[in-house]
Amino acid sequence: MFAVAKKLRAEGVLGLNERNADYIMRLNPRRFYPRVDDKALTKELATAVGMAVPELYGMITNQGEVRNFSGIIGERESFVVKPAQGSGGDGILVVTGRSSRRRDSFRLSSGMLISTEEISHHISNIVSGQYSLSGNPDKALIEYCVNFDPIFAEVSYQGVPDIRVIVYRGYPAMAMVRLPTRASDGKANLHQGAVGAGIDMSTGETLAGVLENEIVEEHPDTGALVAGLSIPHWDFILESAARCYEVTELGYLGVDMVIDRNLGALILEMNARPGLNIQIANCTGLSTRIARIDEIFTADATPTQRARLARREFSAERQTSLAFSR
Amino acid sequence: MKQQYVYGLAAFFAIVGISIFGYKWQVLGFPVSKDLQTPVWTIESSIGFDSGPGSIKVNLHIPTLTPGFRMLNENSVSRGYGFSLNYGSGGREAQWAIRRADGRQRIYYRISVYEDHKSDQSDTTPPFPPPPAINEPFRTAVEVIVADVKEQSADTASFTAELLRQMNDPSPGPNVELLLSNANTRAELVESITTILASARIPARMIHGFDLQGRSRSAAPITWLEVHDGDRWRYFDPITGEENLPERFLIWWRGNEPLVSVEGGSNVEVGFAVQENHLDAVAIAETQVAQQDAAMIDFSLYSLPIQTQAVYSVLLMIPIGALIMVVLRNMVGIDAFGTFMPVLIALAFRETQLLWGVILFTLLVTLGLSIRFLLERFRLLLVPRLSAVLIIVVILMLIISLVSHRLGMETGLSVALFPMVIIAMTIERMSVVWEERGAVDAMRAGFGSLIVAVTAYVFMGLSWLEHLLFTFPELLLVVLSVVLVLGRYTGYRLLELSRFKALTGS
Repeated sequence: MFAVAKKLRAEGVLGLNERNADYIMRLNPRRFYPRVDDKALTKELATAVGMAVPELYGMITNQGEVRNFSGIIGERESFVVKPAQGSGGDGILVVTGRSSRRRDSFRLSSGMLISTEEISHHISNIVSGQYSLSGNPDKALIEYCVNFDPIFAEVSYQGVPDIRVIVYRGYPAMAMVRLPTRASDGKANLHQGAVGAGIDMSTGETLAGVLENEIVEEHPDTGALVAGLSIPHWDFILESAARCYEVTELGYLGVDMVIDRNLGALILEMNARPGLNIQIANCTGLSTRIARIDEIFTADATPTQRARLARREFSAERQTSLAFSR
Repeated sequence: MKQQYVYGLAAFFAIVGISIFGYKWQVLGFPVSKDLQTPVWTIESSIGFDSGPGSIKVNLHIPTLTPGFRMLNENSVSRGYGFSLNYGSGGREAQWAIRRADGRQRIYYRISVYEDHKSDQSDTTPPFPPPPAINEPFRTAVEVIVADVKEQSADTASFTAELLRQMNDPSPGPNVELLLSNANTRAELVESITTILASARIPARMIHGFDLQGRSRSAAPITWLEVHDGDRWRYFDPITGEENLPERFLIWWRGNEPLVSVEGGSNVEVGFAVQENHLDAVAIAETQVAQQDAAMIDFSLYSLPIQTQAVYSVLLMIPIGALIMVVLRNMVGIDAFGTFMPVLIALAFRETQLLWGVILFTLLVTLGLSIRFLLERFRLLLVPRLSAVLIIVVILMLIISLVSHRLGMETGLSVALFPMVIIAMTIERMSVVWEERGAVDAMRAGFGSLIVAVTAYVFMGLSWLEHLLFTFPELLLVVLSVVLVLGRYTGYRLLELSRFKALTGS
């Protein structure tokens, strides 16, 4: 037991307790939390500094406005409904189209049909706070549904695959792409059964994937190889993630991005308590990289410089060989 | 920096808690174990006499210094008599007085003592006694004996031992025989010995007391010899010459004076009865502290009314439950619903007993969950839905109670002890997790909650722990310091070791 702990320590694996006590509590002042917990505020802040986010169609802030729903979507075919203060991807509805026979019936990313009435009920649940972290009344965001880049088409089952970058004190430290599976119901959350694949920071190429804490080579539903995909706009992704540090002022941050076929990389949301499975996906510990960032940290480095440093420092050569040696 | 503050604070709390605990345990004698009972002897002396025509005054010698024993309490029962405690030449005396009384009178004095080997009350060092005035021919006999014994001894103790040997010699010398001609009882023997010792300028006195062995309806005081060797008092059996008192010998009074003196009464008889009881050691410690006038007792939980005590003995276990919670969640990494829900469930288990608790809890949550899924279809808003779940939980509890009562299983009634709001919240959270993350996650967290609850129940049910915390609530500071230290635990959780197993491959 202690031998395992020692081995993990040697590998630089970060544990939950250490993450909470040494990084989140120290580097993430509570007063800045709303900047990432409230997606409406995140979107506003990111837009203000000119970063790319999915377009907001409308926001429903109280029960009375729920009936405005139809007005907000108008004639749009696809959109996403999400709680502003949701956690772990709970409460998100991805609508990809309308039923061909009835205009007031929508098709979800899973293929299921859903009526306007059901969506309204879902929105009113969101507004009453069912999905919010604190249980307080919440806002429902209705926004652009990302038309995801075909690069991931082979390795995702419905839903939108996204890219998670851990940013430590403004430096991108580690990244992975999260691929929805049938088990995760199209959601890109690892604990719901999505596949995570580590990304080589220097090349932007995916490494082997991880499913439920186990390393996998192939996507469980499509059977396509997860490793070796080259992620487009990689420079831009790292730079945007680095810029999020200036936006949120959170020293330990998870930035979630998606790649749209037409619009490129968009910032979907941010997380002040990003999970630790990214270590498994990359087959490497976060502590090592964090220690390296503490060494090279300079307060006045620009996001571009920081992203470049991350590309230089965190090449996955070692991890790649490790992943394939198994 | 912060780390050191936390550890410093934790150390401070631990030290304060442990010091108070140590003081109460070692100095004040509070018992650390629950079933610690101390034997307590109640010695009752009853004085009977026929009243004379005038006023009556009764003086009774009562225990003053009792090596090896401590007094728990004393009282007197006497109808119409004025009662006072005085210090006489031989120690404490109880005095009863009445202007007039008719017929046979009976007065009781009762004292309760318990054994305490540490009790070694200091006695004064007596001055050397003046040589007693003795008439001839006894004077010469005493002088010869003293000279003879002195020859064959080295110090006070050996002098006394040798003297006792000679006095009890089956074939005594003529001098001894002469001195013993008037000594028919043990008390008279001791009296002549003290006279001889006084001639040798050795302070000595008679002591009278009881060998406490179980119960006895008519105990008689036994006389012993007490000799001061210039350093401390030594005790000798006047017949055998053996030193040291019997193991449980309560000294009632000292000196040559009679036990009781009654002015204005006749036909005096004194009887003693000894009764052995077993008292809770806590009660004894309390009484003792109260006598020492320590402020500690005012803050003891035992000074609260009994019902409140019962509440607190349970409440004091909640921090233990919280500690278990911290260990299981932050060190082991078990997933559970709510921060303290398992602790509250564990509290309910205390009343329902474990097996029934687990069965009823599972039944309640399962039924509640299935109805909650039905409610999902009605698309209720959050607060009304929660209220509906709560009402359903109450109804379910009612039905479980009624059904189990009809079936003759009275344990089912204890379902009413479950915190229904907590159950309702659990059902709600479990159903949300079920919907959002799937049955596996929901079951895992539910099972985790149950594991934590059962573990907390096991620890919160340890009766020695309960006694310890109730008698020494300052130990909560120690629990607090442990929680503070665990709050800075940044090592891996036990379950993380298997979670990150894949990373140990190299």
